[in-house]
Parts: sequence; C-alpha cells; structure tokens
Amino acid sequence: MREETLSRTRFVAGLAETPPPVLVSGLRFSYPDGREALAGIDLLVGQGEKVALVGPNGAGKSTLLLLLTGLLRGEGTIQVFGEALHDGNLRRLRARMGMVFQDPDDQLFSPTLFDDVAYGPLYAGLPEPEVRRRVSWALAQVGLDGFEERLSHHLSLGEKKRAAIATVLSMQPELLVLDEPTAGLDPRARRRLIELLRHLPQTMLVATHDMRMVAELLPRTVIIDRGRIVADGPTAQLLSDRQLLEAHGLELP
Amino acid sequence: MHIDALDSYRPGESPVHRLDPRVKLVLTALFILVAALMPDRSWIGFGLMGGLILLAELLSRVGLGLVQKRSAVALPFTLAALTVVFSTPGRALLRAYLPGGPWTVTDAGLLRFLSILLRSYLSIQAAVLLTATTPFPDLLWAMRALRVPRTLVAIGGFLYRYLFVLADEAARMMRAREARSAAPGGRGGRNVVWRARVTGAMAGSLFIRSYERSERIYAAMVARGYDGEIRTLAPPTLRPADLVAGAAVGMALLSILFVGGRG
Amino acid sequence: MLFSTVVASPPPMHIPDGFLSLGVALIGWLLAAIGVGIALWRSREALGERQVPLMGVLAAFIFAAQMLNFTVAGGTSGHLIGGALAAILLGPWAAVLTMTTVVAVQALLFQDGGLLVMGANITNMAIIAPLVAYGLYRGVRLLAGERRWGVWAGGFAAAWASVVVAAVACAIELGFSGTSPIGIALPAMAGIHVLIGIGEGLITLGALALVAAARPDLLAGERAQAPGGLRWALTGLAVALVLTLLSPLASPHPDGLERVAEDLGFIEAAQDAPYTVIPDYVFPGISNEALATIAAGIAGTLIVFGIAVGLAALYRRRRMAEA
Repeated sequence: MREETLSRTRFVAGLAETPPPVLVSGLRFSYPDGREALAGIDLLVGQGEKVALVGPNGAGKSTLLLLLTGLLRGEGTIQVFGEALHDGNLRRLRARMGMVFQDPDDQLFSPTLFDDVAYGPLYAGLPEPEVRRRVSWALAQVGLDGFEERLSHHLSLGEKKRAAIATVLSMQPELLVLDEPTAGLDPRARRRLIELLRHLPQTMLVATHDMRMVAELLPRTVIIDRGRIVADGPTAQLLSDRQLLEAHGLELP
Repeated sequence: MHIDALDSYRPGESPVHRLDPRVKLVLTALFILVAALMPDRSWIGFGLMGGLILLAELLSRVGLGLVQKRSAVALPFTLAALTVVFSTPGRALLRAYLPGGPWTVTDAGLLRFLSILLRSYLSIQAAVLLTATTPFPDLLWAMRALRVPRTLVAIGGFLYRYLFVLADEAARMMRAREARSAAPGGRGGRNVVWRARVTGAMAGSLFIRSYERSERIYAAMVARGYDGEIRTLAPPTLRPADLVAGAAVGMALLSILFVGGRG
Repeated sequence: MLFSTVVASPPPMHIPDGFLSLGVALIGWLLAAIGVGIALWRSREALGERQVPLMGVLAAFIFAAQMLNFTVAGGTSGHLIGGALAAILLGPWAAVLTMTTVVAVQALLFQDGGLLVMGANITNMAIIAPLVAYGLYRGVRLLAGERRWGVWAGGFAAAWASVVVAAVACAIELGFSGTSPIGIALPAMAGIHVLIGIGEGLITLGALALVAAARPDLLAGERAQAPGGLRWALTGLAVALVLTLLSPLASPHPDGLERVAEDLGFIEAAQDAPYTVIPDYVFPGISNEALATIAAGIAGTLIVFGIAVGLAALYRRRRMAEA
C-alpha cells in the first residue's frame, strides 16, 4: 500500500500544475495524556476525488480530520492545496476547505440560520451583497430555502445536518471534509443527504461508518485502524474483501 | 422535547410586529421610564398610559390574555411592597393588633401601594408586548445598534441559541432522576442535604458537558474563519414610517407625563 | 408540567419595574456599567478569543442549571441562582459577564426582573454575587492552604454569602426607594436568603465535587489565568467581617433592630427625605430626594470599597516590608 501511495505522490508532484487538495506524509499525533492517536499516516487526495475514511471507533478518523483543518497540531507533513499549514495561511486555507462536524449543534451556533450560513463569507471579508447572495444560494443547494429566519434549534436532525453543510458551502470551498454525515438520520433524511452529497462537485473526504453510503457514493476507500492506514484503494475491491473488513471491525454493506 | 414555552415571541404581521426593533426598544424603555417618573396617585396619568398600552396590545393582535398572563410573573414581588401600606404616615383606616406591634393601614399607604402596583403592571405589559412582537435575534441587533457592547450581545446570542439545547439536557437529567427515585410520593431519597448534592452533581456534569461543547463550537467557529473579532452585517436602514411612528408615540408619552405629573 | 412550575416560580430577587425609585435605578445602572466594563476588559485579557463562545454557552448552562431543582419539604423546592458557581468555575470577571447576560435575558425573555431596574438586578446578581463569592472562596482557600477542605468550605461559604449579600443589596435598594422600609425589608430578605443560601451552598458543593473529580483542570483556581489571589482573598475576608458585624441588623427581632437602627439613623434615613445636605433651591425642578439618594448611594459604595481596598493595600505593604 505504501509504495502505491508514494508512487502516486511522485506522479502527482511531477505534474506540478494543481497541487492536490490533501497531501499527508508521516503524520503522527499523540493526545495530551500520552496516548498515540496517529502513528504515521500517508494520504493523498487528488482533485475531484471522493474518498471514504472508515475504521472502528477510536481508530483516529476524527483526529485526522481535525489535524487537516489545523485545529490540532501534530508531527509530520500536512499540505493542503500544496501549502504546509502554519499560522499565516490557516484562515485562507480554511476558506477553501469546508469542515462539517459530527454534531450539527456544534456547527450551528448563531441565533438564526441566516447568521450561521453568512458566518463563513462574512469572516472571509466578502462585501455584504455577496454574503447575502451566497446564503440564498447555499440554502437552496441543500434544500432549505426560506429557512433563513429559523432558530437552528427548531430544525429536525436531518435539516440540521443539511444546514451544517450549507454553512460551509457558502464559503464555496474546493474541498469538503465531513465527519459522520449520516449518523443518526432516519432512512428518508439519510437518502436526502446522500443525494445532496452526490450532486456536490467538490473533492470530498468523508469519515463514516455507513458502509452502504460508501459503496454507493465514494469510489475510493481508506481503512484506518489504531492510528495507521491499513488499506487504501478502490471501494469495490476493498469491500469485497471480507477478511480485511472483519479484521478491522467493519461490516459488509 | 422542545421547551417552546421558553420562547416568548408570537409570530404575526401586525404594525407592531413590523415596527423597527430599535424603535420598539426605545419606546418600551421610554414607557417604563415615564411610568417610573409618574408621581404617586396620578390616576389620570396611569389611566392614559393604560389606554396607550392597551391600544398597542390590540394593534399587535397577540391576544390580551397572553399579555395579562405573562404580566402575572411580577405578582409575588408585590408582597415586598405591601409593607408600604402600613408604614406610610397618613389617616388610619384599619388597625390590626397582631404580633409585631399594631399594624395600621393608612389611606396614604394604600394609595401608594396601588401606585406601585400600577407602575409595575404597566411596565411589565410594555416588556411583554416587546418580546411577544419581536424575535429575539432582532432584539439583539437592535441592542447592538443602540450601542450595547458587541461582546455582550454576542454572548446573548449564544445564550439564546444554546438555552434550549441545555434546558433539554437538564430536563432529561431530571426525568432520569425521577425514574430512578424509588420513594413513593415523589419526595425523593434520603434527606434534603443529599438531594441538594445530587442536584449539584447534575449541575456539575451539565457544566462539564457545556464546557466541552463550547470548545467544539470554538473549533467550528475557527474552521469558518473566526479571528476573535465580532463581525456582523449592517442593520437595515430605519424607514421613515418607523421614525414617524416612534416620534408620535414618544410625544404621546411625554404629554401623558406632563398631564399626569400635574394631577 | 414540571417546567411550568419551575419556570413560573421566580427566585425572589429579580426586582420588577416600579419597585425602585428612579434615583436608585440609575445608581444601579451606574454600578452595573462600571462592573461590566471592568469585566469586559479583564475577561478579554484572560480568555482572549475563546471568550465569547465559552461565556455564551456557560450562560446558557447557568440558565439551564437554574431549572434543576430538588424537593426541600412538601411543595417547596430549592434551586440554584448560580453566581458563586459561575465565579468559582469561570473566574470572577467572566462570571460577571455570564451572569449579566443571564439576568438580561431573563428580564427580556421572561419578564423576570424589570427593564428599567435591570441595572440594579445586574448589580445584585451579576456583580455583587459573583465577586463576593470569588473573594470569599479565595479567602477560605488562603486560610486552608493546600488542604482539600478549602475547596468545599470555600465553595459552600461563597455560595451562601453571595446569595445573602445580594439579598441585602436588594433590600437596601428597596429601602432607599421607599418601597419597603429597610427595617422590614432587610431582616425579611436576609432571613429568607439565609435559608435559600444553604440550598445554594449545597448544590454548589455538589457541582464542585463532580467537576473536581472529573475535570479538575476546569476549576478556575487551578488554572494559570486565575486572577491574583491575595487581593481577592483579603477583600473576601473583609466582606465576611463586615457581614458578621452588620448581622444584628438583619435580626427579625424588632426591638433589637429598632434600637440599633435608630442609633445609626438608619430607619429614619430610609423613610423620610434623607440627608438635607443638598437644599431644594440649588437644583430647581429636580427632586431633592432623587439627588440625595444618588449621592448617598455613591458615598456608601465608595466607603465600603475603600475599606476593602485599604485593608488589602495595608496587608500588601506589610508583606513587602517583611520580604
């Protein structure tokens, strides 16, 4: 696996045109209490790819996502759109990368939905008419037009999840990073969300337990277990390997 | 479970609803100020103010019953003012020989007590009307426009947003406690001290969860570009109609004060 | 149903509009503005960027925590006001801001407390309560040194005292407004809140115990940013001293109270037009009473503050001389 990743890295680096949205090399991270969360991660996500990140609980999925957005700092290399993360470029890079957290109540923190969806563009320094335009557009994209004045608390879980996606869509990112987007949703809401994700053009990295969604939506799968990447390849191939899945606490869809 | 009883806004399209929140806030404050300035026993003044607020309530179409019901919240406090009935010097109306010395109800005392009640009642109606016709987020930006510090308003925004979330969590904890209380009659276990400490433990764990949630929220804010500054969109411009309405009501209040102050 | 009872029973400290005179209300606003201003500055220093989300969510926490209740006896229930808990967990100035928003939203959303008198309510519950609590907490911990009982005793004492002192302030405001003679208001408010304060103390204790066990790093006293201990500790102990000395005034026994109050000219001051220091003709059109009330209020506040600061400064100078 590692050889494949490295050769792909060299190939993509050789192109030198569009740097890949995500390039991680030798990433390590330990919690304050000493526990090792990530023990050396190499990952490359190319433009337009839709990648699933799967693994048992505690494998390090969420930690990896937090490291990608610079909310945690670890050792090793993280390059987003070809730039290594540091204090100077974080804001700019975050505007290009939309992180959708697991609990939408953490992401919808403003009094009204309008305020939440306007937050990203507003803090990116965009002029007011543009901010308003983007809010309408983003809400329409997720099927929540007309919901501007609503208090987030009054939305159903499915609506909240879509609203959370709207809050990052309004920044018009090139990369979407989602943590458990379908967790807790009833079948109808789940279907709506999957359809929404299907129609979004962005490069995507999705951490999830929902193997059926992975099979349906995400052509490439990365399996992570105990802080290491144990498999990285086409979804169809990985999901047909029963032994591999069971060894890492995953179930066949 | 949604604790919607906690949100006092009643949606509507009345002229009062549509009035600019800044104007409404200023008028409410002015109304309460005039009530406070109105001297004791200005029955004409109180009456005129009562008429004014009643008119506003009818115009708003939120329902007189609603406003009166909410105004009842202040009633317990009137007990505190009751003492004024006995302590104001004046012509004695009634004398009761109870422990603590003879309690004398004076006419001046009764009238003063009535004045306090009326002031309070009028003020509270104005406040109820304000919150029933104005969504809280609008009140927030109105306050910001009226120069309340941005940090305070921002904190208020978070309070409003997470109030219901945390109240739900608190409700869940209390239900779980009820379900576990074996004692019949719902009195709960052991003694008061123990019960208080259990309640304290609930508060403690709610605190930890809230703190951890605030860290996740901060992460989400940072991920969307937060840099420590409070940024907001500009408030809508004040419409001439709002300004006229505000000025008109303001003048009416001042004239009532003038009339009432003399009476 | 549970909620309608809990939400509908207001704690007896949120003063509605109409119960305070304009002069007292204005002083309340003045003190609130000063307190909040200092708090905005100091908590920004301590918390920086995290200030707003942290205090916002914790304000919601205080609000929700006020709904947690426990049966005292029969139909009555005790619950938390939260000023002390906020101060011990967040530090004094963050607690001031948090409690200020709680008081404001309670008044705005639920009419729990008036709008014009909000300054006084903020002063009582959002400034006096947490600051007294923090001072006393640090004072007790100073006395206890490294020993653990400092946290428990300090927490209980801080919570109890915060409630009582806030109630006393409330009674004083009612007295100076002429709404309720101070001879009755003070013992009544103090008396009730001496009991309510016990409930507050116990709940606060329970909460601190849990936080100390699960996340000890969250207790403000442990955190590196905790404001300078000594000044707080000393002021807190000074307040405790003043409270003890004045406690006979809160006695419900009318004879004793009257005698003491007459000696200090207290009762007369609260009921009649006090302090003929400023004569009528100097400010035509403005009520003598209002102005005098303002002057008296400011003078009183400055005196108490001065005593506390003086004590602290004195102690500090002595320690520096020894060092």
